[in-house]
Amino acid sequence: MRFVVTKVCGGGGKARAGVLHIGGGIETPALLLSTRKGLPSFVSCDLLASLPLPDSLLLHVCPTHFIEGPPMKTISNIGGLHRMLGLPDHILVAAAGDSIESLPSSEATNKFGASFDTPSGRRLVKPSDYMELVSCMKPNLWASLADEVPAWVTEKRNKTSVDRTLRWLDACISLDAAAGANSFGFIVGGSSIEQRRLCATEVAKRNVSGFWIGGFGLGDDIEERCSLLNAVTDCLPPEKPRLVSRLGLPEEVLEGVAAGIDLFDSTYIYQLTMGGFALIFPVDMVGREMQNGLFNNDGGDSTKINLRATTYRKDTSRLVDSCSCFTCQNHTRAYLNHLLNVHEMLAQILLEIHNTHHYLRFFRSIREAINVGEFDVFRQQFVKKRRAHITAAVL
Amino acid sequence: MALRFEILGRFNRARAARLTLPHFTCQTPLFMPVGTQGTIKGLTTDQLEDIGCQIILGNTYHLELRPGSRLIDELGGLHKFMNWKRALLTDSGGFQMVSLLHLADITEEGVTFQSPVDGKPMLLTPEESIHIQNNIGADIIMALDDVVKTTITGPRIEEAMYRTLRWIDRCIAAHKKPDVQNLFGIVQGGLDPVLRDICVRGLVERNLPGYAIGGLAGGEDKDSFWRVVAQCTAGLPENKPRYVMGVGYPLDIVVCSALGADMYDCVYPTRTARFGTALVPEGLLKLKQNAMATDERPIDPTCSCMVCKKYTRAYLHCLVTKDAMGSQLLSYHNLSFMMRLSRDLHTSILEGRFPEFVRGFLRAQFPKGDVPQWVRNAMEVAGIDISECCASAKCHTPSIQEPPIPVPVEVNGVVQQN
Ligand SMILES: [Zn+2]
Ligand SMILES: [Zn+2]
Repeated sequence: MRFVVTKVCGGGGKARAGVLHIGGGIETPALLLSTRKGLPSFVSCDLLASLPLPDSLLLHVCPTHFIEGPPMKTISNIGGLHRMLGLPDHILVAAAGDSIESLPSSEATNKFGASFDTPSGRRLVKPSDYMELVSCMKPNLWASLADEVPAWVTEKRNKTSVDRTLRWLDACISLDAAAGANSFGFIVGGSSIEQRRLCATEVAKRNVSGFWIGGFGLGDDIEERCSLLNAVTDCLPPEKPRLVSRLGLPEEVLEGVAAGIDLFDSTYIYQLTMGGFALIFPVDMVGREMQNGLFNNDGGDSTKINLRATTYRKDTSRLVDSCSCFTCQNHTRAYLNHLLNVHEMLAQILLEIHNTHHYLRFFRSIREAINVGEFDVFRQQFVKKRRAHITAAVL
Repeated sequence: MALRFEILGRFNRARAARLTLPHFTCQTPLFMPVGTQGTIKGLTTDQLEDIGCQIILGNTYHLELRPGSRLIDELGGLHKFMNWKRALLTDSGGFQMVSLLHLADITEEGVTFQSPVDGKPMLLTPEESIHIQNNIGADIIMALDDVVKTTITGPRIEEAMYRTLRWIDRCIAAHKKPDVQNLFGIVQGGLDPVLRDICVRGLVERNLPGYAIGGLAGGEDKDSFWRVVAQCTAGLPENKPRYVMGVGYPLDIVVCSALGADMYDCVYPTRTARFGTALVPEGLLKLKQNAMATDERPIDPTCSCMVCKKYTRAYLHCLVTKDAMGSQLLSYHNLSFMMRLSRDLHTSILEGRFPEFVRGFLRAQFPKGDVPQWVRNAMEVAGIDISECCASAKCHTPSIQEPPIPVPVEVNGVVQQN
């Protein structure tokens, strides 16, 4: 893996665009699609191919989803995850936990390993277990094992978390055949600026090819997040990619990008889909509205609609008129409303396709905004529009 | 009449035909997956086309409940509503009312039932069933027939058969779109050859675009089952399609096709997929079994579907019955299997090698030669020599590959006769 920063926003801004070279090149900031046992929850590999390329090639896989099987030897015999999932060209990035099926359980984590709450119960994963999973699965990139803790733990527990995470990073690298060449060093530190800096500085000293910034989205204070994120990225070398985990809302992504983050993993799309929501916010603001001076011509948009609402019963329009995804090209809001009403799985399939497509376009807009040096305007306008709408909705 | 039925090839009673419907030109024999509520569970319309689905079945009762046939009509019909460009068939709704609802009752006027919405008494008449189906707009619509519960025997069967004949005239009179929708009549009469004969004659007199054989696949013994099919196909006109309702086991489809039937429907392939079972040439493959956890082979090495090309049994083992993706992928394979079976039946009849196909099918399903007696009997009538597939003529091993269907399928009155 090779990473090149291609553009940094001027004026003291930290937002940056880059290219992740694995196989082909993937432009950043970019989104890792969340998966369940290696595949998006409802999108099979033939449908996955209809999503924008190469944007949709990055997948976040959780080795811990395979604790129940298939056995590691079988996965290895099949030829690793790429072969087993039927996704030879996708870029699989492994990290132990997620926000749905494999949640870190900090109270059960001990000095031997990290504990996760999975559908089959609580599982302790030692660095050696984890690296065996990684070596059998052969992901393109992997994050080291971490002791992730929520924001409300004591200062002492938070320190322990940093110590363990650094120790396990060394353990993982020592167990890795490539000695960390494809690793993302896990950075924790909770809500302590000091611990965040310490952890980031220490991780940066190791032989890692990127950084996986965790410990956010676990009860942390939104007001503090910005300074914490910046404290971390300030300690990191600019030439390596940085991923922040569990920050997935559009505003959070924009905040992360502003702090110099390149990659995001997120279960936001999954949560939208399960809630019956479709993203509808305009994503081509830079390409069209800004150039035409229409940026302030607020159409009063919201970011998403709930298709369960009865107003869509007879709505024969697309989710998003200009959207070229499979769902919008083939189906109406009325049909999705019906599918949700009768609890048909096709609703989730179609929503996950659209929401993924839409969110990938949002990321493309972010890249475009950075590349034309207008990221700050883009971000401000986006947040302003969203706030205006939320205020209007509340009133 | 809004269809054309051209027989392209035959082997004795079996036929391969081109069925031209308003929305699609189909090849028979064909299997129709059941898309109860305007979708085949877990598959997109593009995937269904990729697999080769030609006709999808919609359930009138469910569609009338949600989203309602008036809304479907207002939005341009079911084809447009679900964006399915090929053919559709809807049932009459009667069977589902009797099988799914308590206190359903049949009178000369129609089927009375309690509304599942507000509990009020409702009435589904033949006229109303056709009106709803006209709104939904499928290529083929089914007449409302008198549905007899499987437990009932005796004179009730006769009454139901005659009522079905009286109702067909009300259905024909109520049908507003005969130029774009084909009304099929349903042969009833239980397992009684005399009643079946009266019903066949009565329906044939009405010169309908096609005919269904109803009241089967509800737990009757297999020898009775194939005999009714054989009797009805013999009595129905050559130049019209024949649809055996509720039949979906591969073996049954092969036997019925040999006896001259053309169309089938069943929830079985998709339902069994959701429970983790794959259809394979040898019968059934239960992916939940522990042995599958380390099995690095595809479901069916002879299958060229996306799932068999991409995935191992080991991976599917960890998905089935736990993740939505498990039932999506297995439904995809199972329907691919049914579509391949349909194509194989069509082309083997067309190319004059139907008996070889049947023998190959039976050898795979019964490698020990224990072909059930009812299949042997049926094949004798179909004029297909399967002696080489049978270990011994005295072998009476019953088929063990077919569990009973756990939910009601399209059955219109069944009698247990022993
Ligand atoms: Zn779309
Ligand atoms: Zn297959």
